[in-house]
Amino acid sequence: MKPYVSVLKLRLLNGMQYRSAALAGVATQFFWGFMYIMIFEAFYSETVHSQPLSLKEIITYLWLQQSFLAFIMLWFRDNELFDLITTGNIAYELCRPCEIYGFWYSKLLAQRLSSAILRCFPILLVAYLLPQPYKMTLPPSVLTFVLFLFALIFGLLLLVSISMFIYISVFLTMSPIGSLLLFGVIGEFFSGLTIPIPLMPAWLQTVAYFLPFRWTADFPFRVYSGNIPQNEALIGIVIQIIWLVLLVWLGRIAFNKALRKVVVQGG
Amino acid sequence: MGLYFKYLLILFKSQMEYRTSFWLLTIGQFLIPFSMFAGLYFLFERFGQIKGWTFYEVALCFAIIHMAFALSECFARGFDSFSSLVASGSFDRVLVRPRSTIVQVMGSKFEFTRIGRLLQSLIVLIWALNNLSIEWSSMKVVTIILMIISGVFIFTGIFILAATMCFWTIQGLEVVNIFTDGGREMAQYPLNIYQKWVTKFFTFVIPFGCVNYLPLMYILDKTEGKAYLYMLSPVLGIIFIIPCLLVWKIGVRHYRSTGS
Repeated sequence: MKPYVSVLKLRLLNGMQYRSAALAGVATQFFWGFMYIMIFEAFYSETVHSQPLSLKEIITYLWLQQSFLAFIMLWFRDNELFDLITTGNIAYELCRPCEIYGFWYSKLLAQRLSSAILRCFPILLVAYLLPQPYKMTLPPSVLTFVLFLFALIFGLLLLVSISMFIYISVFLTMSPIGSLLLFGVIGEFFSGLTIPIPLMPAWLQTVAYFLPFRWTADFPFRVYSGNIPQNEALIGIVIQIIWLVLLVWLGRIAFNKALRKVVVQGG
Repeated sequence: MGLYFKYLLILFKSQMEYRTSFWLLTIGQFLIPFSMFAGLYFLFERFGQIKGWTFYEVALCFAIIHMAFALSECFARGFDSFSSLVASGSFDRVLVRPRSTIVQVMGSKFEFTRIGRLLQSLIVLIWALNNLSIEWSSMKVVTIILMIISGVFIFTGIFILAATMCFWTIQGLEVVNIFTDGGREMAQYPLNIYQKWVTKFFTFVIPFGCVNYLPLMYILDKTEGKAYLYMLSPVLGIIFIIPCLLVWKIGVRHYRSTGS
């Protein structure tokens, strides 16, 4: 475990250096946040039925989405790793005395963590201080907040394990763009980033609930606003862990298989 | 202009060398707006309308803005990746050639894969037009074409402005995305659904309102007063490029090479 933790630490410190880039990102995220809120506000302003997700819950959902973008976006990538695969420099990685899956996993995890840490606090802080209706609400109770933290962390771990499959697929295709696009579009849609999952039609919700993607974004954010009650949240966290174990297990098998077939292209 | 088409041909040939990658990207470019459009569709299935606009009216809006975006990304992509030209000092070479800088920078890159996005928006456009009961007149057809052209000009203008900033900052700026990607997302819906200040900003400062909201009112017969004013509003969007070109000229004069 020790080498993985130190990789995580090193990368985390490295990622924290890009502070001005993060600041620019924060500005962009605010724009998107405001825009989406206004769109939903317009949709909700004349609706007669009660919706499965109230406008207040959606606003909180959207701000969480903007602040933890690095935790939930599949297209957030490490080009270095792609280059390793396509240029053949993977040979160096193979010489390391630790398993590459874990090594890369911690690298990707650190990259997402550092980016989110830099961005989430300013966004959350300002979102709490905004006037109504844009204000982000606090979670209904302390316990909900604790559950949210757990859900968020397991969601992140789960997302990294999904994103590992993108890197594994590049071993086969040698071109990262295709897999990135496919995973990105499908993952984004079924984790409820295009529109929140409760607002989808019933048949699509069934599909979304069947896939692992929703556990990375939709689930933690709805736990936060209390849209998912506490006892259900607990069960959800258990399901998250099951998915995580399953995907890491499958990922490692696929990874080792891909490595066995690896052809190092030139020097 | 002949030079520009020569650039276009050469780049097209070079991109066709990597055929699988080309098709994969094209499919991806088709899928991205497709998932957005699916989201839009499901929202309307649930809510029915947005501030009095029906689904097909918004779909028309969506199609036109995405089409304009795809076209301008295809043809003015050179400005989008301009920061690398400045950072590497390659812009020096552009300056010593006896041709206009704008044609050369525009010709430095084309993204033909945007055809995927174009195709998607074309399908949406046809679908929306089929389902809207519009009383067609030749003026309305002209207006729709004007809307698309105007959108292309606005996006190109923003790309040029963003590139001009590179003269001072050397680096590309992420904030610019607010006006390109953000502008596209925003103009997917008729602008009057937003707060007043947003609508005003995107009508009078960056004239997205002249591409979708105002002429759309004319096409859907929602206008009050002088209809031809609404019809001609896309022209304002086209005029937007003039100040952008002026700023570019100032930027070029300001350019200091970074060396090699």
